[in-house]
Order: sequence, then C-alpha cells, then structure tokens
Amino acid sequence: MDFKNRDIISINDFSKEELLHILKVARQIEQKPKSNLLKGNILAALFFEPSTRTRLSFISAMEQLSGKVIGFSTANMTSIQKGESLWDTIKMTEQYADVVVIRHPLEGSARLAAEASSIPVINGGDGSNQHPTQTMLDLYTIQKIKDALENLHIGFVGDLKYGRTVHSLVIALSHFSPTFYFIAPDGLQIPENYLDELFQKKIKYHKTSDLRRFGKELDVLYVTRIQKERFPDPLEYEKFKGIYRIDESFLHDVKKDLKIMHPLPRVDEIDKSIDSTEHAAYFEQAANGIPVRKALLALVLGKVK
Amino acid sequence: MPEETKKKRKARKTRRAKEKIKPKKAVLNAPKEEIKKELKISAIEEGTVIDHIPTDATFKVVEILDLENHNGVVSIATNLQSKRLKKKGIVKVGGKSLTQEEVNKIAVVAPDATVNIIKGYNVKEKIKVKMPDVIDNVVKCSNPVCITNNEQIATKFYVVRKDPLKIKCHYCERSMGKEDVEII
Repeated sequence: MDFKNRDIISINDFSKEELLHILKVARQIEQKPKSNLLKGNILAALFFEPSTRTRLSFISAMEQLSGKVIGFSTANMTSIQKGESLWDTIKMTEQYADVVVIRHPLEGSARLAAEASSIPVINGGDGSNQHPTQTMLDLYTIQKIKDALENLHIGFVGDLKYGRTVHSLVIALSHFSPTFYFIAPDGLQIPENYLDELFQKKIKYHKTSDLRRFGKELDVLYVTRIQKERFPDPLEYEKFKGIYRIDESFLHDVKKDLKIMHPLPRVDEIDKSIDSTEHAAYFEQAANGIPVRKALLALVLGKVK
Repeated sequence: MPEETKKKRKARKTRRAKEKIKPKKAVLNAPKEEIKKELKISAIEEGTVIDHIPTDATFKVVEILDLENHNGVVSIATNLQSKRLKKKGIVKVGGKSLTQEEVNKIAVVAPDATVNIIKGYNVKEKIKVKMPDVIDNVVKCSNPVCITNNEQIATKFYVVRKDPLKIKCHYCERSMGKEDVEII
C-alpha cells in the first residue's frame, strides 16, 4: 500500500484496509523507533488557531524522527493578517517544506490547502468538520487496549451533537461491526444523518440520556467535553454543563475491563479519582498521538510503505 | 343563397379586412399552447428553447447558463400558464445549441425542464435534463464557516440523493437539501 504524497484530510477518504495499514505502521514505529527516518525533511506546521496536543505531538513526532519543523501557532503574526489568502499561503509554504500540517477554523480549509499544494497536506482540524489524525489515534488506542477492533460495544457520552471527534470515530468504527450506545440529553444527541448511515450499514445502536443504563454492556466508554464555545446561547450551555460525571460510583456497575477514553482537555466530566484506576485510558490515548503521527508523516513522505 | 345572407357575408368580410383579423381557420390549426407561446416570445431559427422551467427559477437558469453575456438573442418569459406546472418560464437562446453538459447544470433548479435544439425553426433534437453526479460552481454552500464562503474559490457538490435532492459540499462535507440551495 503506497501512501507517498497522499493527503490526510478526512476519515471518509480511507477504507478499512487503509486504516488498518496505518495502525500497523504506527505499531511498528512504536515498537522499533528509527530515529533517523525523517532526517532532511521539513514539516510546515500551520496553526491558524490555538492547539496544544495536536501541534505539540506533530512537532515531537517530527523531531523524534530527526525531521525539522517550521511554522506558526497563531495567525496574528503572519501575512494572513495582511489579507493573504489561504491558497497563496500554501503556495508559498510548499517552497519551504516537504509536508504540511494545517489547523484552521474554517471548514474545508484543509481540502483547499491540499488542492493548492504539491506536497502532502495533513489536516490537523478544520473547524467542526474533520480531525482525522485524532480519529486514527483513537482507533489505535482502542486496538491496543482491547486487542481488537471488531465487535466491540462502544459508548459515547457528552456532546454528541457538536463533537467532531465522536462523528469521525463513529464513521471509522463502522468498518468493524460495533454496537454503539449514544448517551446524551435530547439537545446534544448524535445528529440524525449519522444514525441514517448506521441504519444503512446495519450497525446496531442504542440512544439514551441515562449514563448508567448500559454501563454493564460497554467495552469502551468515550467521554467528551460539553464545549462551551460551540453554544450560540450561553444559557443553553449552563443547562447542559456538568450533566454527566464519571466518578467511582459509576464504576460499581461496569465490566471489569471497561476502558474510559477522552480526547482531552477535560473539565469535570471525569473525576480525578478515575485516573489511577485500570479503567483510565485517556493519557495513554494522548500519548498514542506520537506513534500515529510519526506513521502518517513517514507514510506520506514515502519513507515507509 | 338569399340576398340578405349575401349582404351579411360581405359586411363581415369588409369589417375583418378593416380590423386586420386573420381568418379563424389558420388559428385553429395550431395547438393552444403554441398560440400562447407565439404571443409571448417569437420563434427562433437556430438555437435552444428551454421550456417548463419552474417560474421562480427562470432567471436562475439565465444566470447559471451565463446568458447575460450571450451575444445572440435571448428571450425570457415567466409566469406563463402551464398545465403541468401551473406557472412556468421559457428561455429561448438564439444561435446557440446547448450541450448535454450545459443542460445538466440547470438540473438543480429546473429538473423537469424540456430542452429543444432548434434548426431552421424546427426541433432538431430534444435533450433531457439529467442531475449530474457533481455540481461545479453553481450552488453556494449554506454553511457560513465553509471555506468556499470565505475564500474566492469555485464550489463543488456531490449529489448524494437525486429525489428529494441531497448534496454534499466537497470542502466542508456538510449536506444540504433543495430548500437550502442558493445559486451563486
């Protein structure tokens, strides 16, 4: 499978086989790190809006493989402020680097960047649309903590309406015959178009607002933050914030090997007391950003196949 | 023939000649709709007639086909009576035969339009409007934070479902239905 020069824009662009191949390469890189793999290559990290984990893990992944990083972490200091178009920014960047990672608040910006660019572009998040490398590291984490991806019972709790990580992960996991449990209040439930898609693919799912109702069924519980910034009305946010809280009392009625994931940052959805239990997988999940992003960089630069 | 009847006929003939009324017979030979069309916009010798456009989409068809910049005669009529649509629009484009690809561009706004290619005042070919799989630079994305609404680039949509229409933006991946369709 050849990923050389391929853009990583949307999880919808990847087949099951391609996703499994990326996970396989990530596993190989994690087990046998090759510290000179990307020597002589330059990553342009174009972060038009703030990011902690995505930006730092891309920089770390590149530098651990002896590559170099150029770029910016806010659009304020660049010619964007002078009115330069995204198209022109990318045309300029491709002269200076071998691969681009872009985060931009406008949806579809990464797709446009890929069309403008002759070097591979990796989407580091385009507004509420896609964040494919997060989805891939989520898949990688599930595969590692459960030793498999097929036939799992996976719960999602929190903001399932606006949360792009949930939407993309639901699509990606649909390749692996899962059973889904969508746990959210009415105003934050998963959008109908995703349910239509699951129905067409004959994937079983349950909808509830009760966190404890399916506790015993779950292999993985994916918790998300209720994102204040996504609510047009602050009163709406107040209504929903703090509605679900995973604490020790929740663990009384779950499978022994239930794993709890969270894309981070968390506010108060998961009590700190969970961190030290066998159930917590969210810090390992964040750490998995490194091997997955290393694998993607190496693949699109043609350093591994 | 009685003398009185002869007189009456002569009088009618004189009145018709004065008022320039054509003999009834000739009018009766044409279908009703044709008469209406003839009254509204004249026939063209060469070109394309787009009929059965939903009346509110008539000017959108003109826009999509960029007929404002067409050098030949363009006749536009809206709010015409129609059995099928109740009200309809017709656009006649003189001196230009539209291709299937061009015709498909209007599918979003006028899926049931009939397109006739005219040569020497006669219908030479009928083209059916077909919904294309990809709609290039016709529709505006309804998502205000889509890159296409913020950067000068052509839009592109994939047709996910033809009836009822559902299209998906190539850039922001949002889907929209016919009610959200706005022409660029």
